[in-house]
Amino acid sequence: MQSIPQPAIRKPFMDEPNASPAPNAARPVLTKAARSADQGPCTVADPIVRAEHLYLYYGESEALTDITMDFPRNQVTALIGPSGCGKSTYLRCLNRMNDLIDAVRTAGSIRVDGQDVLDPSIDVIELRRRVGMVFQKATPFPKSIYENVAYGLRIAGISSRNTLDETVERSLKRAALWDEVKDRLQESALGLSGGQHQRLCIARAIAVNPEIILMDEPCSALDPRSTTRIEDLIAELRGEYTIIIVTHNMQQAARVSDHTAFLYEGVLVEFGPTKQVFTNPVKKETEDYITGRFG
Amino acid sequence: MVWATGAALAAVLFFTIVLLGVVVVNAAAVFWPEAVGLVTFEDGSRVLGVRLDSAVNPDTGVRTVRFKTGNRELDPARLDFHWYEADQIREIAYPEDVFVLERLENGNFYGFLEAVRAPNLDLPETGDSGEGFRWALAAARAKQAARIVPLTDQLSSLSDRLQSVRHAVLRAEYEKKRVLAGAPAGATARLDARLADLAEQEHELKAQSDALVVEQQGQEAELGQNAAVFRTGSGATVEIPLVEIVRHYRPNAMGFGQKVAHYFSKVGELLTENPRESNTEGGLFPAIFGTVMLVFLMAVSCFPLGVLAGIYLGEYAKEGPLVRTVRIAVNNLAGIPSIVYGIFGLGFFVYGIGGLIDLWFFPERTANNMPTFGTGGILWASLTLGLLTVPVVIVSTEEALRTIPRGLREGSYALGATRFQTLVRVLLPMASPGMMTGFILAMARAAGEVAPLMITGVVKLAPDLPVDGAFPYFHPDRKFMHLGFHIYDIGFQSPNVEASKPMVYVTTMLLLVIVLSMSSLAIWLRSRMRRQFHSRTI
Ligand SMILES: Nc1ncnc2c1ncn2[C@@H]1O[C@H](COP(=O)(O)OP(=O)(O)O)[C@@H](O)[C@H]1O
Ligand SMILES: [Mg+2]
Repeated sequence: MQSIPQPAIRKPFMDEPNASPAPNAARPVLTKAARSADQGPCTVADPIVRAEHLYLYYGESEALTDITMDFPRNQVTALIGPSGCGKSTYLRCLNRMNDLIDAVRTAGSIRVDGQDVLDPSIDVIELRRRVGMVFQKATPFPKSIYENVAYGLRIAGISSRNTLDETVERSLKRAALWDEVKDRLQESALGLSGGQHQRLCIARAIAVNPEIILMDEPCSALDPRSTTRIEDLIAELRGEYTIIIVTHNMQQAARVSDHTAFLYEGVLVEFGPTKQVFTNPVKKETEDYITGRFG
Repeated sequence: MVWATGAALAAVLFFTIVLLGVVVVNAAAVFWPEAVGLVTFEDGSRVLGVRLDSAVNPDTGVRTVRFKTGNRELDPARLDFHWYEADQIREIAYPEDVFVLERLENGNFYGFLEAVRAPNLDLPETGDSGEGFRWALAAARAKQAARIVPLTDQLSSLSDRLQSVRHAVLRAEYEKKRVLAGAPAGATARLDARLADLAEQEHELKAQSDALVVEQQGQEAELGQNAAVFRTGSGATVEIPLVEIVRHYRPNAMGFGQKVAHYFSKVGELLTENPRESNTEGGLFPAIFGTVMLVFLMAVSCFPLGVLAGIYLGEYAKEGPLVRTVRIAVNNLAGIPSIVYGIFGLGFFVYGIGGLIDLWFFPERTANNMPTFGTGGILWASLTLGLLTVPVVIVSTEEALRTIPRGLREGSYALGATRFQTLVRVLLPMASPGMMTGFILAMARAAGEVAPLMITGVVKLAPDLPVDGAFPYFHPDRKFMHLGFHIYDIGFQSPNVEASKPMVYVTTMLLLVIVLSMSSLAIWLRSRMRRQFHSRTI
């Protein structure tokens, strides 16, 4: 097992001169067999999540193949890879969101603090409180801003006004939204802007005090300003929460994450400290992808 | 193509506006006090009447004019309306002192006041016969309220008690018969004692009630001697008992303000009074009450059922051939003719469930062919309507749930919500405008249905409302009146079609107003919900 020093990468990788991709460069052809062999060590010292030999099938089609990988505690891990490679699928395994899809089958294990979350007998409700999620498309409930943030507490049966007030304020502050909405907490959340919606969803996830926050392309529907705010927010939450973020944006992955995992066609191709993955990838495919040669 | 579509829309609008226009114009004019003319014919004879319409005979070219002449009991053919040849009319005058009387029976009376004969009323001396008439009328009504109304109330409570005693007798006799079937003779002693007791009670009540009837008749006869003498247009004098007079006015002497006041007083009567004269006069209160109550009960029964079924189809049922079949079946249910539902309601609710209730709770009445729930009533009619409208609610609920974006469900699940919490806290509030739409459609359809009611409990006259002061206050087994059926009944089943025409228009308008206002209310509620749940992100 290899212990990885904590990198502090904030510098956009694309600033480097050799980054611009050659147009129409020959696409590397990868066979599954070639890819699944020879994975580098994908483990860390104190993982909060450890996936082992994870397979996932949508009906007959295999979406994830033999993924073994750790997510380091209280750090930001980015999942990158071309569209349809299984990033969302992988992410949704971690809080069992795939349960909502009938035809999904899994094999292998995912341990969150040692507990196998794929075990059908675990308490999924409890798991989802520990593993929060923010979606690509912000989906505030058609309720007031206050009730949106308080939702997770209310469904957990907490109705003490003081607790709710405190949590709503703390969560909104943590999500850097408090100053913008503190005077209109009782107004409908639907009146906020797109960027505010996404921060509201982050506040909503934080409110139930999860250990892990999953983010599935949280900025892909946002303008650059809002994106910057979310990225700043992720930087702030880092250290307190374990954040796993799926992104299509290489610069973003480089800016916000400590570790990066590259998936391709359901296979984990490379995992390592972000700096290493972006500047000195072990695999040829990774290099091709992050330099924009395919995907 | 633009022209064809535009023309089609215009045609639809045209017919709708004509329909509404005809109803509104005719109904609005009904209560306006029309001038009463004193018609003098060429031969010197005279008649009082309200000029209505005229027509030309296409063969002879003779123009005739129709008058409402009232005074039905004096007419040899007992008609309120007459056609007169226009050539024969020498002149029409509008004397100010013509009275119009609305009476308990025989329709309107037109005439001139001659004198008041009130042998047993204390009246102040007055020189003016008009004032004397008003005094006498007020005194007669006061006396009626003081003497006769309490008797009537006592009689009706007596008859209620008599009714329950008779039910008790039936029950005791029934039990006796059952006991006799397989027990020693001694066992019936208790029942015999009870029967004897009941018979005594019945006898007692009957005697009381007979005495009251005699007293009431005496009072009525005495009061009936007080009359006003009127002279008709043709010069005959008629004595009309004061208690027969419901309303009197002199249209030719009324100013505009008085006419307006008269108009609204008539509208008030329409909304609050019972009908008179086989429903062609008086108010529509029982029918209004019946209609609103029917729709209310229908809503209470169909909305929860439809919403629950819709939720099951939309949220819980696993998609498959069975669910698809069920969905198609539900859609088709909405298209089944209402009379078929009516027949089903009669067979299932009235004879089936109602018959069972009677068998369990009132076997003695059933044995004597006196069904309680086993006959049409407002409960069964509203359940039948509920059945008729429930498919619409199911379909729209399912549709509304289906259109909620998946993200909202996932957002809720991701916060640790259960399926039920997600449904109740997120999905149902968001689906509520769509569910309301279905509800509105259902209500609009149900409120206007008549066919299924005719076999499940609507009647032409039911002065006993389904809700009243008698225990247990709500009587779901009672028959009821309904505006839609009322239109059919007075418009097409009445012997005096001409006299009931105004009431048909008024009833139609009222039905339209009630249906439209109920659905407007629902539409308003829906738009409020929509505003609340409108989402920019959707
Ligand atoms: N609900 C589903 N049913 C069947 N196949 C699915 C479903 N969701 C995703 N897939 C398939 O799984 C693969 C991975 O999808 P996804 O995880 O959404 O990719 P990514 O998020 O990396 O773009 C894709 O090939 C996609 O077609
Ligand atoms: Mg995705």
